[in-house]
Amino acid sequence: MLLNQFLMLGAVLFCIGVYGVIVRKNAVLVLMSIELILNSVNINLLAFSLRNGSVDGHTFALYIIAVAAAEVGVGLAMVLLMYRNRRSVGLDDLSEMKG
Amino acid sequence: MFSASTEAAEVVLKSGWFLENAFIIPIIPALAFVLIIFFGKKMPMKGSEFGILSMLAALVMSLGAAYQWIQRVNGVSDETYVKPIIRTWTWWQNDGVSLGIGQHIDGLSITILVVVAFISSLVQIYSTEYLHGDRRYTHFFASLTLFSAGMLNMVVAENMIQLILGWELMGLCSFMLIGHWWEEGANSRAALKAFFTTRTGDIGLLVGTSVLFFAANDWTQKTLGVSGFSIRGLSAWALSGDPSSAAITVGAIALFIACIGKSGQFPLHTWLPDAMAGPTPVSSLLHSSTMVVAGVFLVARLYPVFYEGMNVYGNSVNFIILIGGVTIVIAAVLAFVQTDIKKVLAYSTVSQLGYMMMGLGAGAWLPAVFHIFTHAFFKACLFLGAGSISHSASHHSFDMKKDMGGLRKFMPITFSTWIVSTLALCGVFPFSGFFSKDEIIDNVGYAGYNFFMIVGLFGAFLTAAYMTRATYLTFFGEPRGAAAGEHHDEEHGHDAHSSHDDHGHDDHGHDSHDAHAAHDSHDDHASHGPRESGLIITVPLILLATLALSSGFLNAPAFGEKWENLKKWVEPRAEVVSVTGIAKPAGAHGETRTAALKEAGSYDSPCGSKTPVGGVCYAPQLKHAPFKWWKAGLSMGIVFMGMILSWVLCVQLYTRKNKKLVGLTERNKLLGAGYSFLENKYYLDTLYEKIIVRSIAHPISRGAYWFNQNVLDGIVNGAGTSTRKTAGWVYRNVDQKLVDGAVNGAGTTAENAGGALQPVQSGKVNQYGALLFGAAAIGALVLVIINF
Repeated sequence: MLLNQFLMLGAVLFCIGVYGVIVRKNAVLVLMSIELILNSVNINLLAFSLRNGSVDGHTFALYIIAVAAAEVGVGLAMVLLMYRNRRSVGLDDLSEMKG
Repeated sequence: MFSASTEAAEVVLKSGWFLENAFIIPIIPALAFVLIIFFGKKMPMKGSEFGILSMLAALVMSLGAAYQWIQRVNGVSDETYVKPIIRTWTWWQNDGVSLGIGQHIDGLSITILVVVAFISSLVQIYSTEYLHGDRRYTHFFASLTLFSAGMLNMVVAENMIQLILGWELMGLCSFMLIGHWWEEGANSRAALKAFFTTRTGDIGLLVGTSVLFFAANDWTQKTLGVSGFSIRGLSAWALSGDPSSAAITVGAIALFIACIGKSGQFPLHTWLPDAMAGPTPVSSLLHSSTMVVAGVFLVARLYPVFYEGMNVYGNSVNFIILIGGVTIVIAAVLAFVQTDIKKVLAYSTVSQLGYMMMGLGAGAWLPAVFHIFTHAFFKACLFLGAGSISHSASHHSFDMKKDMGGLRKFMPITFSTWIVSTLALCGVFPFSGFFSKDEIIDNVGYAGYNFFMIVGLFGAFLTAAYMTRATYLTFFGEPRGAAAGEHHDEEHGHDAHSSHDDHGHDDHGHDSHDAHAAHDSHDDHASHGPRESGLIITVPLILLATLALSSGFLNAPAFGEKWENLKKWVEPRAEVVSVTGIAKPAGAHGETRTAALKEAGSYDSPCGSKTPVGGVCYAPQLKHAPFKWWKAGLSMGIVFMGMILSWVLCVQLYTRKNKKLVGLTERNKLLGAGYSFLENKYYLDTLYEKIIVRSIAHPISRGAYWFNQNVLDGIVNGAGTSTRKTAGWVYRNVDQKLVDGAVNGAGTTAENAGGALQPVQSGKVNQYGALLFGAAAIGALVLVIINF
């Protein structure tokens, strides 16, 4: 069982995702980075589920995929509206909440 | 001979590389899809070469597999069960549960593989000309290729999960292809409608698959060592006498609901005519060999399940035959009120699918599969012919009444291929439709469903009549509109279509979409008037017409048993096959067969009627109606009657403008009511959109509003009032006297702290994210340290 390798892969994906969320200015790319984070979690769940020989992890992973699909649906709708109103998907343009 | 037949394992069945590796067939176009997506735009032919080459490769492999399968069948006696070539790999496995992926290759899958690969190749070649210069040319080929990959995967699928994978791939790709020109609202609405309507049915597929899995898994694991998803396992289980009638009936009905959605059966057929919004090659592919055939294929594939679950050959009318029969007539009647040539063909497809379903419901398995085979050729030819007309003669219009007529002089090749395919569709001897459709009608009657045999004959009459009307309007009479060389500029062309749109919100886009998409590159011949299309378009037409003429002879019982090749090669044999899981009484099966043969000269397989002894059955014993020339003559007479009647009416109505007939629907109230009933497609769209969707969606939103206004607002208001009262008391007693001092001090502190923290509230999402992850990281670190 290549548990370590799977966990490493998960960790690397997670870090790439976090990096993307922090650094990217494009809303679509940030959404994609969030997907990376979710899927790194999935990989961890699957790795442990295979190691423990139970289907629970798989079930959770399926749930996460479904939730992620819904999340992307909402997220992309927001990006679309943003684009319609401002003709840009840059996150820097959204700083009305500046204190 | 008999000992050989009882011990199928002892018989050496021929096999070959193409049969053993048929699973590669869907992989080729799937890889081509990836290549097109990544490199398509950089290629000299914009990615179409990948698609065409992959489909040709799939065609070569399918033909190779077909050849080897025929060798395999011919190598053994007629009583031997020809084992399908099944290969499985584990796809997913955990905790004792595992899913496989692989291939299940038998006569049925090979038949459909050849059809799909052949038609896909032709359609892709045709599309290089038809969509020349389209703005999403590369993406079009990508979706088209993936679409074929989905269908091929479904056809070779070894188990239900793999089948669902292909099924859903097709659903997705049909959405992309129907909405190919999504800039026009009507097109994207049609794509959504197709997607949602088939999705409604797809729920049945998931439910049915799960029900059958839980009912069958124990038996299949114990007896055959395969999972309850396996097609082989489910077929054997259905005929084993093990299933409870409730489980198998529920499973079969749920699966059939999926087939209703996918194969455009009543009452979920409404998406199919709207799917005409896609480019014509898509309609051709979708309506002939992929997508709509998927539902029929599923029934044919899991036939034992439907056979037992729906009680085929039972005394009562079953669900499949009922739906099929209703679909034949209602769709054929609708074809009469269409002015769009593609919609006539669409309703004709719905009606022909009804024939296939009716055949399957009545136990006419082979004629139904054969009808898939022949129908694919002539329907693809008709659609591509319609595309050829709009491409070269009617200036991208599909309106028969406005922009066609008299085209036979200008387009001799399109005209002759159209006539051949029309005759095949009407079922005229010796065109291919005759051999398949008449067999269905004949077998339905033979199985005892006399009423449905009359429905089938009536359907044949209607088919002949509406196809004659379409042919007349397109190719005969005087040229009208664009066909007469009338020069349209783009606005004019579009306006003409919008203004005649008086039958529903979603119609007008279909007529004019082609004009928009391919227009830029076609302006050069806008004023040339009608002429024949180029070779890239006519060669596929000629090939398809040749097959529409000749493919019927593959299974022609009219000429004697020697001609029933497809029956020999494709129909699974209802033999008891011994398996290790079931103890076999010594010589039981072989002896009964020998005894029966000695006594009565005939042998009835127990499969489908009794519990098999000493083995399992993979297919029920089916009946075949003997061919009678008088029956063929009768249906021929009905078809010719329909043609002549329709021809006479068309001449009177459209050319002579007979005063008694023209405008009859306006003058006669009853006829007018009937006409508008048909024109509104039985008000089914209204029912679905206005009534069902509204009655579900509106009460929910109204209930939510009421809840919001009364309950939530009440709570909020109540909370507000009581808070105000309390606050007043607190203000007078506590606040003024006690807290003020403290607050002033705190205020100063907060102001300072706020000022210090203000830069953190930058409004920048990334920075918030960084803070979030930083905090989480610190939290995680703390956890790690504590756990040490």
